[in-house]
Amino acid sequence: MSPPSDSAMQDSAAAIPSSSFGGMQARSAAALNETARVAIRNLDFYYGANRALKGINLDLPERQVTGMIGPSGCGKSTLLRVLNRMYSLYPGQRATGEVILDGRNIIDDDMDVNELRAKIGMVFQKPTPFPMTIHENIAFGVRLHEKLSRAQMDERVEWALTRAAIWGEVKDRLNTNAMGLSGGQQQRLCIARTIAVRPEVILFDEPTSALDPISTLKIEELIDELKQDFTIAIVTHNMQQAARCADQVAFFYLGELIEVAPAAQLFTAPQQPRTQEYITGRFG
Amino acid sequence: MSTTTHPVLSPVKDAATAARLGRGRKRADRVARLLSLAATGIGLIFLVSILVTLFVKGFGAMNLSVFTEITRPPGSNGGLLNAIIGSLIQVALATMIGTPIGMLVGTFLAEYARGSAFGNVVRFVSDILLSAPSILIGLFVYQLLVLPFGGFSGWAGVAALSIIIVPIVVRTTEDMLNLIPNTLREAVFGLGSPKWKMIVLVCWRSATSGIITGILLGIARIAGETAPLLFTSLGNNAWSTNLSQPMPSLPITIYSYAGSPFQDWIELAWAGALLITLAVLLLNILARSLLRRGT
Repeated sequence: MSPPSDSAMQDSAAAIPSSSFGGMQARSAAALNETARVAIRNLDFYYGANRALKGINLDLPERQVTGMIGPSGCGKSTLLRVLNRMYSLYPGQRATGEVILDGRNIIDDDMDVNELRAKIGMVFQKPTPFPMTIHENIAFGVRLHEKLSRAQMDERVEWALTRAAIWGEVKDRLNTNAMGLSGGQQQRLCIARTIAVRPEVILFDEPTSALDPISTLKIEELIDELKQDFTIAIVTHNMQQAARCADQVAFFYLGELIEVAPAAQLFTAPQQPRTQEYITGRFG
Repeated sequence: MSTTTHPVLSPVKDAATAARLGRGRKRADRVARLLSLAATGIGLIFLVSILVTLFVKGFGAMNLSVFTEITRPPGSNGGLLNAIIGSLIQVALATMIGTPIGMLVGTFLAEYARGSAFGNVVRFVSDILLSAPSILIGLFVYQLLVLPFGGFSGWAGVAALSIIIVPIVVRTTEDMLNLIPNTLREAVFGLGSPKWKMIVLVCWRSATSGIITGILLGIARIAGETAPLLFTSLGNNAWSTNLSQPMPSLPITIYSYAGSPFQDWIELAWAGALLITLAVLLLNILARSLLRRGT
């Protein structure tokens, strides 16, 4: 493909981040993605000289949950770290290609990463409460981007904690240190902290792998609730979890996106032999 | 089938060999334990004898006039008030000057210069400063602030003590910040926070108790320093809170009184030594309890 037509294609990607890519993603995008919130196009990622993601094309459909599965080292967490530019913290890590959000390529150097991270929030594997009160934990992120009155802030904190299904457990101790919460509560607090900023997309990086089964269940129910308002991507090692939570599932292997399909289809009738092998437990 | 048929699982062939090896190991264990106990005992004997002597002689010399009278000529019933106040002023000012510098350098090393060549040089220099003989720092300040400005002064003493406390605070600040997991930093960045807010609002807060512990230990260290003050604030037998003049301090007073031939001065030196020891002890206890509460 010659350079001019290549750039023309990128322009159209910027203008219409939607089903116009059905042709490129014939297996999935055309069927699912009437409204892609995030469109990933020809994405390569490098740790130094090591190419960790190879030509990824994937859409995150609006208000749906995209599950990302695959064996360790397949690149699924790396992809999440591209989506909120977390990799930019580390020298030697770089991405090429396009990740389109709201008509902009977010991996461009001139993208304001703080503005981006307000739009694309992330919940990490380990709960990471800040060493401050529960109220301050939630207000912290909000204060970075908005100037609210005390009453508005209280309202926002209550809203976020309610949406994260933890308000009832903490409403009487908002001014106590968040470190005193249980692991599951801490993780829901982190979710509340993320949604308090009112992002458009929430990334979950194995959010339940450090939690007990009851807490895991609560988080999964919560993700199901949150997709009414947010576009969600979740990386998980747990295929049952992907099957329970996700609308579409993407299977990664050795840095490549092998297959993406609606969850029911991917787990019952995978099109690719490697997907078949992975979901039946033959490797990984 | 017994497990002894598996060569890999059972390195010991028979019960007699096992018993012999066991006896040898127990003997080695007894010897090692005895040696470490003996070494601990020797260390403790010296420490306890120093403390007992200090407490007996120090409390024997302690009375109200130690705190109400200033240093006077021998035989005229003086005290240590001016030395105590002089020490408090110099140590307080040195802490106020040295602590922010040390915290910022430690923060630079942990948050901005991790793994960089420049950071490694700064860390290396700071560590050398940490173990430099304090008299060298006294001489350095003597050259820098005493000779050019025409005399010994409290400010010169403050400068010398500041230089001593800086590397202590640098080291503890960097160590405490390094203990913070990177996942916490990423979580702060993940909300769209600029780096300085991450450091000031989250990292410093996480490391508060550790950093304060380092500052307290630094204060304890400079409170007892004598050598750097010899060439800088010199000491003063009169009442003086003027930092441009030579300034009295407890360590200097102890130094000059303990070596004097006068019985009442020697007693005051014991009282002063006990005061410093108690203050340092208190700071250490405070630091430890803070660190325990923080973790």
